[in-house]
Amino acid sequence: MTVLRRLLFFVVGLFLALPLIVVAGVSINQRQTLAFPPQGFSLAWYGQIFTNPEWRNALVASLALAATSALLALLIALPLAWFLWRRLAPWANIFQLLGVAPFTLPPVITALGLLTFWATTGLYGQAWTAAISHGIFFVTLPLVTLSLGFSAIDRSLVEAAATMGADDRTIFRTVVLPLILPYIVSGYAFAFVLSLNEYIVAYMTVGFTMETLPIKIFNALRYGYTPTMASVTVLFLVIAAVVFGLVARLGDLPKLLGALSEDK
Amino acid sequence: MRREPPQRLGDYGPLFFPAGMLTLFFVVPFATMIAVSFFQREQGGFYTPAFVLDNYARFLSLFFGKVLGFSLFLAVAVAIACVAVGVPFTYLLARSARKTQIAWLVALLSILSLSEVMIGFAWSTLFSRTAGITNLFVWLGLMSQAQALTPSFGAVMTAMTYQAFPYTVLVLYPALVRLDPTLAEAARTLGASPVKAFFTVVVPALRNTILATLIMVFIFALGSYLLPQLLGRPQHWTLSVLITDQAIYQSNMPFAAAMAVFLVLVSLALVGLAVYAGRQKEAK
Amino acid sequence: MSGLILEHVTKQFGTFTAVNDVNLSVADGSFVCLLGPSGCGKTTLMRMIAGLDLPTGGSIRLSGADITQVPTHKRDLGMVFQSLALFPHLTVGENIAYSLRIRGADKDAQKKRVDELLAMIHLPGFADRSVSKLSGGQRQRVAIARALAISPKLFLLDEPLSALDAKLREAMQVELRQLQQRLGITTIVVTHDQREAMTMADTVVVMNGGEIRQAAAPVDIYRRPADSFVADFIGQTNLLPFETDSAGRAAVLGTSIEGFAPFAGPAKGMLSVRPEDVQLVPAGNGSIPAQVTFVRDLGGTIETFVEAGGQQVIAVSSPRNRPEVHVGQTVGIKLDPATSVVLSK
Repeated sequence: MTVLRRLLFFVVGLFLALPLIVVAGVSINQRQTLAFPPQGFSLAWYGQIFTNPEWRNALVASLALAATSALLALLIALPLAWFLWRRLAPWANIFQLLGVAPFTLPPVITALGLLTFWATTGLYGQAWTAAISHGIFFVTLPLVTLSLGFSAIDRSLVEAAATMGADDRTIFRTVVLPLILPYIVSGYAFAFVLSLNEYIVAYMTVGFTMETLPIKIFNALRYGYTPTMASVTVLFLVIAAVVFGLVARLGDLPKLLGALSEDK
Repeated sequence: MRREPPQRLGDYGPLFFPAGMLTLFFVVPFATMIAVSFFQREQGGFYTPAFVLDNYARFLSLFFGKVLGFSLFLAVAVAIACVAVGVPFTYLLARSARKTQIAWLVALLSILSLSEVMIGFAWSTLFSRTAGITNLFVWLGLMSQAQALTPSFGAVMTAMTYQAFPYTVLVLYPALVRLDPTLAEAARTLGASPVKAFFTVVVPALRNTILATLIMVFIFALGSYLLPQLLGRPQHWTLSVLITDQAIYQSNMPFAAAMAVFLVLVSLALVGLAVYAGRQKEAK
Repeated sequence: MSGLILEHVTKQFGTFTAVNDVNLSVADGSFVCLLGPSGCGKTTLMRMIAGLDLPTGGSIRLSGADITQVPTHKRDLGMVFQSLALFPHLTVGENIAYSLRIRGADKDAQKKRVDELLAMIHLPGFADRSVSKLSGGQRQRVAIARALAISPKLFLLDEPLSALDAKLREAMQVELRQLQQRLGITTIVVTHDQREAMTMADTVVVMNGGEIRQAAAPVDIYRRPADSFVADFIGQTNLLPFETDSAGRAAVLGTSIEGFAPFAGPAKGMLSVRPEDVQLVPAGNGSIPAQVTFVRDLGGTIETFVEAGGQQVIAVSSPRNRPEVHVGQTVGIKLDPATSVVLSK
């Protein structure tokens, strides 16, 4: 079993790593050629992301979009998840369903729906419509983590706080919020990272007026190759790994992804 | 704390913002899209309110049938490939040390979140003539000359499997972590080898989970739109690509919307099936 | 009116009646145990006293004030939960200070009170520890200290010791009772463990099927059970059917017993006889004939199982009066009317 496990893990690991290794390799080529193994060594293509105005603008746009849309997703998900946990209202589950739907259906559907909507309302192309679009599209992520977080709270903690004199508001502030905080952070992190990488919704809503990094790479791909694409890919991979690594450190990642908690 | 039904209007307070946002920016756009799918297309990218079935009637063309057939075939192939490797992989992962699990989960999440554009770019690099894997084969003496492996069906299939594999593992993970480890152990004490125990006990016990996962991955693969464009030829385009193409480049919103509605119906039917399969599992 | 008074308290969940028409008065400073099998309504009754559930009928008064509809957080109680419900994100000291903090007590006063309480529960210097690092018994004490921080009028404990192992539980029972007596605080404990109830309570309230079956001092509950449920639930007992004839002579297990006439006139009923009150004697001489079926020597006590009139009867004796019997032997049973309790049902 151990040999088998090692073999399978190795093959899967190789399959997952190979394209990334090559991308990392071409990102440090000295000249603007697509070559692997890399010829020479240069970090200039990483510098490009921050010095070339086009790439830098795309990076800034991506970060701004990710930060605001993840916040919006959280602001939608937190009260909804809290309400569903606190109250007995089976009909309200319809909103849970609505929150999960955009992420379950093929993304092109949400993208097209939002495109027709923004076009019909005459708001098409405004930068903030992308933030709302992504906020709705990624509401699933904080909603799922928060629902899990709430269900992990022992309800007798809330009752205990009430017997000690805390009203609903105080209980939320002093008990519920501190306990749910790791789930808020991870929900935000998931939405942030996925928004950073999202292409089609952003493209369909603001693709002609604003360039996020994925849109920029796609557009650049059509005119040929530049190693900056590779350096951006590596940068995004590192951001994702760092964020998820932090989530794992902060909270219980296996539990967040559905395993039973370790101490049970 | 006993959960109680909301008593006063104030109790509904927390629901206002989420419900309003989801209704305004998901339900309404969705309804708009459905409405547009019945609209009359005008020349020059505009459309006028109407109730025509022309956009749906276009499904009956041979071209559309081919695209739909290919999309479904591609998604099925990707789903089977992912689940075939994903089940044993996730099973072994769920039984690994906690640290190992966390490291893999972080890696899988990172790849899952990686933009489709970047995955497409990475594979087009790996399959390129100048920086690709064939250079390694040449160096090993397996090939005489490096060559480009894209555009091709194999490239599309490989990259989509790459994209869907982390998703597969994460969908399977909860069920496999919760799987009673004594199940396989019992089979071992009855004389089954580990591999035999996996196929005779673990796989049958997970039949419904596997079925549900197949459907989930299938839907996930249906949503792929960039990889067929970046790594395939036009005959490898999927319904998602076609929808984007019609909406953006052909400026035929009503037809794009009709196709999207169709895709929704297919997806919803499959999600329903997946949920049903999941229920069966719980009922057992 | 002082103390806690429950009048006609009823709680229905849909069509299910969890607590039915409960009347109970708890004197200030007394220790009451709500005892019964699971599902008897004892926890629901306590939750209504705490305000965590609202009664569907009846009223609850505390120190003269009607608190039936008062929200939990305005009742000034202290409660220990079965799960203990210690806040995992707070330290031991912060847990104990919680009720003071949300009432806006200043930092020094909080600290002083926490130190006082930690000394009381024999855990001085534990204020900065994480609750997850505590042992079961320590967590238990912290939960008690936390509930007592504001010196509440009413101290409620829901199965507080159920998570502890047997030895620790017994020690904690004694400790809890001593603490309660020292503080003189009105205390209500929910438990399914009759030894626990007998150890701690001034008054044991036995519940079944959502109703109070008997509320009395432990020794009275044991010696004078109100019905066969209480007799059977509290300790071990032999429930023996008896009949009286028109002359008022009683026959137990088919043998008439001298000097035992609970009713004038014909009647049927049950007799509750504790195993230690069953005397084994040589057969004949007016005793009830019985056959020994099993002898269990537990060292400290010897239990003799006999069959009489088609029913199993258990007699318990101490090693000092070890009955010299063996399985299959025919013996006689003697019942003492003074220690036998007549039950109508």
